[in-house]
Amino acid sequence: MATRHSQGIARLAVAPAVIVLFLWMIVPLVMTIYFSFLRYNLLNPDMDGWAGFSNFYYFITDESFPGAVFNTLALVATVIVASVAGGLGLALLLDQPFWGRGIVRLLVISPFFIMPTVSALVWKNLLMNPIYGLFAFLQQLVGITPLDWFAKVPLLSVAIIASWQWLPFSALIILTALQSLDEEQKDASAMDGARALSYFRYIVLPHLARPITVVILIETIFLLNIFAEIYVTSVGGLAGNLTYLVYFQGLLNFDIGEASAGGLIAVVLANLVSIFLVRIIGRNLEI
Amino acid sequence: MKSLLLKTGLGAGVAMMLASAAFADTTLTIATVNNGDMIRMQKLTDDFTAANPGIKLNWVTLEENVLREKVTADISTKGGQYDVLTIGTYETPIWGKKGWLVPLTGVDKVDDLLPAIRGGLSVEGKLYASPFYGESSFTMYRKDLMEKAGLKMPDAPTWDFIAEAARKMTDRANGVNGICLRGKAGWGENMAFLGATSNSFGARWFDESWKPQFDQPEWKKTLQFYIDLMKDAGPAGASGNGFSENLALFQTGKCGMWIDATAAASFVVDPKASQVAANVGFTLAPDAGLGKRGNWLWSWALAIPAGTKQADAAQKFVGWATSQHYLELVASKEGWANVPPGTRTSLYANPEYQKVPFAKMTLDSINSADPTKPTVKPVPYVGVQFVAIPEFQGIGTKVGEIFSSVLAGQTSVDDGLKQAQAFTMTQMTKAGYIK
Amino acid sequence: MARQTSPQRKLIVTLIAWTIGILMFWPILWTILTSFKTEQDAVLMPQLFSTGWTFENFGIVQERSDYLRFAMNSIILAFGSTLLGLVFAIPAAWSMAFSPSKRTKDTLLWMLSTKMMPPVGALLPIYLIFKDYHWIDQHIPVLVIMFMLNLPLVIWMLFTYFKEIPVDILEASRMDGAGVWQELTRVLAPMALPGIASTFLLNVILAWNEAFWTLKLTDVHAAPLTVFIASYSSPEGLFWAKLSAASTMAIAPILILGWFSQKQLVRGLTFGAVK
Repeated sequence: MATRHSQGIARLAVAPAVIVLFLWMIVPLVMTIYFSFLRYNLLNPDMDGWAGFSNFYYFITDESFPGAVFNTLALVATVIVASVAGGLGLALLLDQPFWGRGIVRLLVISPFFIMPTVSALVWKNLLMNPIYGLFAFLQQLVGITPLDWFAKVPLLSVAIIASWQWLPFSALIILTALQSLDEEQKDASAMDGARALSYFRYIVLPHLARPITVVILIETIFLLNIFAEIYVTSVGGLAGNLTYLVYFQGLLNFDIGEASAGGLIAVVLANLVSIFLVRIIGRNLEI
Repeated sequence: MKSLLLKTGLGAGVAMMLASAAFADTTLTIATVNNGDMIRMQKLTDDFTAANPGIKLNWVTLEENVLREKVTADISTKGGQYDVLTIGTYETPIWGKKGWLVPLTGVDKVDDLLPAIRGGLSVEGKLYASPFYGESSFTMYRKDLMEKAGLKMPDAPTWDFIAEAARKMTDRANGVNGICLRGKAGWGENMAFLGATSNSFGARWFDESWKPQFDQPEWKKTLQFYIDLMKDAGPAGASGNGFSENLALFQTGKCGMWIDATAAASFVVDPKASQVAANVGFTLAPDAGLGKRGNWLWSWALAIPAGTKQADAAQKFVGWATSQHYLELVASKEGWANVPPGTRTSLYANPEYQKVPFAKMTLDSINSADPTKPTVKPVPYVGVQFVAIPEFQGIGTKVGEIFSSVLAGQTSVDDGLKQAQAFTMTQMTKAGYIK
Repeated sequence: MARQTSPQRKLIVTLIAWTIGILMFWPILWTILTSFKTEQDAVLMPQLFSTGWTFENFGIVQERSDYLRFAMNSIILAFGSTLLGLVFAIPAAWSMAFSPSKRTKDTLLWMLSTKMMPPVGALLPIYLIFKDYHWIDQHIPVLVIMFMLNLPLVIWMLFTYFKEIPVDILEASRMDGAGVWQELTRVLAPMALPGIASTFLLNVILAWNEAFWTLKLTDVHAAPLTVFIASYSSPEGLFWAKLSAASTMAIAPILILGWFSQKQLVRGLTFGAVK
């Protein structure tokens, strides 16, 4: 089908998107690389000139740096595990017949529509606040001292908020995949015991490998740079990720040189993660 | 579905662009912070626009940190996005010196401004930002709880007394914490409190050669005192509490004492918002007998960036918003207690205003703060609860994060001080203060 | 449903599903309920409902900020950027799906990888460019940024959807002597539309909720609801009810859109994961 003529048209059709994305990538990237070698602080214009590699040196030797790398990866991993496991459970549940399925589905997917800023504010103030929060109230009801979420388990708190936002997404994708299984095969799921289990193990799970890969891919893209949840709950000092560290240098210190260096390091990390991802996807997702 | 959405989107787009083309003669874009006094001003601007029909006002109202990011980015790149900025006593001297601000000419009765506030907003005698309100910090306490604890609040309490009272007032079974103090990380949040407090303990940020002083015993004493006190008498979740969180706690009767901005006073005595309005007393911030009290000095002020094209209209607006006339306007509409405090001598001479319960204590607190000599030992900087150098935002916030994590129990006092020392040292070396 | 389910089983599943559904939705429901309480009631925990329902909070929020202007900007930016994205993405995804080359896979993965760049790192370059051209707070430039931000995902979604369209049908219609135009409108469009609709909706949602670039690059004229909510993130004193009201106002439009269009949203939300 692919004649030379249609190949030409095909390239032409792809070109605008590729050019736009290339510019979107290359212009900031080149500027960032340039800035990263400069002594460039917006608040201190008297300081200028080449900085050599000192911006990179300062960023990497910052005592928060190893923690930030860890937090970045830990957040991505925790939220993905939680939302895939939870999403799988939810999808299996929503695939069963029960009364009010449509409404329950609406309730379950709703968190996905909420602005990250708003959900962070709501969780921080209305739910997890150790004095006025709903959780504190429930804990007091059963006689436990309310947990001070953002002080004691900052990373977990952020992960919970993010998981709540992303769970619907993975549930929806897995559910759509489940529903494409043959009805006949599904009847088996109504069976009890060992047969249902092995059905799940040998038929359902392999069928879900691809949608789960997709969920992991998309969520990684968004979670690598998760920021609003950390910023709004002000746990940057306790559970800040790389994005937060770059933000700190760029928008609090206004040290553009070091922020640019940090940005480039974050790009490298993102690329390492994406190489890793591409290898799984290459296996699971034929393009 | 889709085509409907499409039409709505496009239609809205066209309508919006047409709308934004229809402007009044001059439009001032005013960047401001989302606190009560500023919001009130936005409601009262009819008074200004009626007198100046050619001027239209656009408000960019943001939370403090976001505002600071945007304003700093704009002014340091000469963006010219805003015509009037809301900045504080921290930014004004730095930016004024760099020539980023226009000297103010339209300020109403300059000599009436409180000297401490005026000094903090001037560079070499020229006023670069006009104070909208001024504040120091002081001690707010519950008279009923103090009585219950069998104590009497002195006019000038010491830290030892405060600590004793806080521990006695604490009754966690009934949700009462002896003391609420800031713990949320940020140079304008917990470090405002801790910085001012450290002054009263004899500590300082830097010595005369800009060497950070967190390895000195005074800082250890300050931080240890604060951590111990909060552990025994502070509320749950203290490491996330800033000004507004503590205000809510105090208003709902969960704090025995609260050492914070004098500007909070009008909110805690407002019976509509505060459940404890009838029982609040005010006194000076504590000291440790070293000659300095733990009170800060701050002002939210209006300034005009050098990049504006509407300097004349901006001068007019700044003049109006910080004038004596504006104070009277607020008083006539909302009562004297809601007037923006801490800017003018004449306000405190006004017999009507003297009836406000916190008026005298506010004035005394402001007058006792000295930004030019903030500490017991000599320092190379000005600023009570901050250090007026550009690098301080980053350093203060980072140190604030470290101390907040000490309060959260994630770091020990000694480790926290060590980290603060190391970080500050690196930043100061990088910025060229330490050769 | 041809399946046989015992009523007991169905009842149990119903109970479990509703419990989980309500738990997932609880934070949103709680926010909406709180927005109708007075500030004093809002901090009294045991109270599920307010003693007196009040619209006062919404009034205060509206008085403080012109909600409609923010909402309108959200609509312009979210829908505009998504439409622009479709204009660029449909031809690209189409040709990659139907005339793939050796480099198609790499191109797609490269496109996705541009989304992994930390926005904070790119902020200053973009900010400086915006400042030089006086683009800050202008609808079109901000819209273009959001378009580029989501373009990779738009292409990816459309690509995976188009990929499912059987090529045989195309060839069959060609043999019937249909022209390119007819092929496009009669055969392909009906098959592609659900995927396009779903892509459209997903990206409107993502663009609506984009809070980094919009916050840095807009002030007044082009400021969407993300900026609106930023002025409520730490006001003074008791603010739970007002915060809830502002939150409710910020999420309501997109939540309602999401509910009404969830069928269309879900249909194409497979990313090629379903065979």
